[in-house]
Amino acid sequence: MIESPVDTVCVDERVSVDPTLVSRAVEMGIRSAATRLRPDMLHAIERAYAIARVDQNRSREASVLEQIMENDRIGRADNAPICQDTGSVWVCLEAGDETMVPADVFAGVDEAVGHAYEEGRLRMSIVRDALFDRTNTRTNTPAFCEIRVVPGRAVKLHVMLKGGGSDNASRLVMLPPSAGPEGIVAEVVQLVREKAANACPPLIIGVGVGTTFDKVASLAKHALLRPLGSPAKNEEAGLFEARILEAVNATGIGAGALGGDLTALAVHLETAPCHIAALPLAINMGCCAMRSCTFLLTDEEGILLEEPKLLDPLQSEEGSDHV
Amino acid sequence: MKSRSSLIPSKAKKGAIMSEPIRLALPLDREALSSLHAGDEVLLSGPLYTMRDAGHARCLESLEQTGLLPYGLAGHALFYAGPTPALAQRPFGAIGPTTASRMDFATPALMDAGIVASIGKGKRSKEVVAACVRTGGVYFAAVGGIAAKLAECVISSELIAWDDLGTEALRRIEVRDFPVFVEVDSRGNDLYRMVESSGSRTDS
Repeated sequence: MIESPVDTVCVDERVSVDPTLVSRAVEMGIRSAATRLRPDMLHAIERAYAIARVDQNRSREASVLEQIMENDRIGRADNAPICQDTGSVWVCLEAGDETMVPADVFAGVDEAVGHAYEEGRLRMSIVRDALFDRTNTRTNTPAFCEIRVVPGRAVKLHVMLKGGGSDNASRLVMLPPSAGPEGIVAEVVQLVREKAANACPPLIIGVGVGTTFDKVASLAKHALLRPLGSPAKNEEAGLFEARILEAVNATGIGAGALGGDLTALAVHLETAPCHIAALPLAINMGCCAMRSCTFLLTDEEGILLEEPKLLDPLQSEEGSDHV
Repeated sequence: MKSRSSLIPSKAKKGAIMSEPIRLALPLDREALSSLHAGDEVLLSGPLYTMRDAGHARCLESLEQTGLLPYGLAGHALFYAGPTPALAQRPFGAIGPTTASRMDFATPALMDAGIVASIGKGKRSKEVVAACVRTGGVYFAAVGGIAAKLAECVISSELIAWDDLGTEALRRIEVRDFPVFVEVDSRGNDLYRMVESSGSRTDS
């Protein structure tokens, strides 16, 4: 007779992600990412510059690194975009499987993007249709949004402004399993030789291996979010990342593609299960002005925050001794 | 795992040591163009025209119809750029090179019609290198990813045509000490091909 409210209460206890919090984070993320280097990228470039300057007085590579640092200072001081290509907007809601995500969670995102691009005086770079109507939408919308479910109660939001030059220098290949690790290194090095000069080196290279044709590109893109200097998934992956990085930097292309051995700052690898017949490989190039940021939308208890909290990539993972 | 410093290669082979940059006035005359060598660092001052993908298609169309470059472009240099709007008392908040190879379809015809130089990033086709030799022109590379800094070198900007293209419109800009590198010189020397062949060839 008496209906127990227990089940309902149980469901209600799960945090439901607030779409307005998402769109607020998107707007904050665009404004912040567009006008300064990602802290971990800046840190890596400063370290590389210190080495380049000691090695040689005035090399093209040292000069390029110096200009990248100065560019970041101007961006911060003037709230000016650090690159004229202020990108397409990619948003990923990373939701714990103990939370709830309403289907309209991205409903306010396009309005937030339009507002941030107009107010920030950023470049509108999106056309209405790739093939049939290349008229600029003049709002930099639509944003490209996705949801990723992970274990736990936390909710994060990733925002990336992806430049056209580095995305165009990216590639997806369905290798035969026999290609193995050597085949993957060879593909990355070949792509770097062909396209790194277009992608604004020093690069961060996202490599995805596994899953299916449609999902492997997402692995490579997510690899770009990982802070530079943070550990790989395991030791084997870390060693393979180092092996690819060494091969990439042996090409001699260098910062600004003007010669040198800093073609890439980092290679980040994500691997996953796949079909017995497959070795899917995606390589997503990130430029030296790689712009992304991550917000926490919940606290440790899984309670929604009043305001999105910007995470510092230098403080991520197991903490950091680099600040 | 790895420390941040171990991510950075420590070998010293960071591009050739440079001499002082060469200062040149725009528009570039034949003598200036022929004096440049692949790898030279150059600071350009004077007028440039910004034009990129959609503008090249329109320019080529106009060239095919009239046999002439539109808007007095002959004798000038093109900067492949789509800037952001004005900011901080500057004509643009940020301006920087886009990938030059996307303009390769039009560049030889434009150079034959009078464009003397282009500024972009990345490699050019053999046809563009041949056009540099044929016309005595050059291709300069600007560094990508430093567009706020490059915007400080732009003194003024004037919309010339194709406002409907937004950022891709044709603009005449005035630059001062705009930093570029000679990528392809008028003898057909190509810095990228030189850089590539200097790297090791081990693929694994």
